[in-house]
Amino acid sequence: MDPMIASASVIAAALAVGLAAIGPGIGQGNASGQAVAGIARQPEAEGKIRGTLLLTLAFMESLTIYGLVVSLVLLFANPFS
Amino acid sequence: MLNSIPVLLSPILAELEVGKHLYWELGGMKLHGQVFITTWLVMGALIVVSLFATRKVERIPSGIQNLMEYALEFIRDLAKNQIGEKEYRPWVPYIGTLFLFIFVSNWGGALVPWKLIHLPAGELAAPTNDINTTVALALLTSLAYFYAGFRKRGIGYFAKYIEPTPVMLPINILEDFTKPLSLSFRLFGNILADELVVAVLVLLVPLFVPLPVMLLGLFTSAIQALVFATLSAAYIAEAMEGHGAEEHG
Repeated sequence: MDPMIASASVIAAALAVGLAAIGPGIGQGNASGQAVAGIARQPEAEGKIRGTLLLTLAFMESLTIYGLVVSLVLLFANPFS
Repeated sequence: MLNSIPVLLSPILAELEVGKHLYWELGGMKLHGQVFITTWLVMGALIVVSLFATRKVERIPSGIQNLMEYALEFIRDLAKNQIGEKEYRPWVPYIGTLFLFIFVSNWGGALVPWKLIHLPAGELAAPTNDINTTVALALLTSLAYFYAGFRKRGIGYFAKYIEPTPVMLPINILEDFTKPLSLSFRLFGNILADELVVAVLVLLVPLFVPLPVMLLGLFTSAIQALVFATLSAAYIAEAMEGHGAEEHG
């Protein structure tokens, strides 16, 4: 592989997953905080809140995973090499 | 993942192979053989367990029959929650197959020491860490919700494309493409990421330290199976009800 393309791909891969982690990080923090507030206000609803929270976190997590998929494609299946 | 460079971090301790496959030629097509082997093993395990559970059905369940009844109740509740009391019954087999197949492949890939079996090329792992498997599952879900919509609403199904206003037409059409895309990428990325993280940690510290990450991997792969099944059920429910129903990412 051309060293220029290789270095650009590595930087792009790092940026892809790093930037993709910012938004979901903020979102997951918000969601978890609200869930904790909900449990503190209504402890008997803990089971339901926890189930919904886990599912929601998985949805937010998948946004980072999209960035990860892009970076994996750049590293292991680079279309320009 | 097509042809690509293998990454051999350290050939002695741990080998990390992405994009290397055991190719089978079939009628001019190249198949990823290792995925087929593990898929068949997962299917075989599921069929054998189901046969054993239903061979001698008793009134008071015990042992394996108990386990399978628990699984069935879980899947039925999942479908009922998403699709609703009236319509859920015909979709329980589909949702259940998705959930059980993904769950057993994810856990099978994480728990069975596949790496001890050496193949000429590539390595055995969970079938869901190959993009082809997850795309196939996601496209099945697309077909399922189109079928559900047409079955329920006939040609009026297309009315959902211009709801609430015709301005939304391009976005609604785009949604049909982003649904399978996000479903397949979510599952594929999560499973592959788990395996990569474990492989990198095993490379750095071969003993004990990767264990918590492996446990986290088991947890996320179970959640991913649940998410895939839940989303499929939600899409089917949305197609049957039209817009305005509850929507999920």
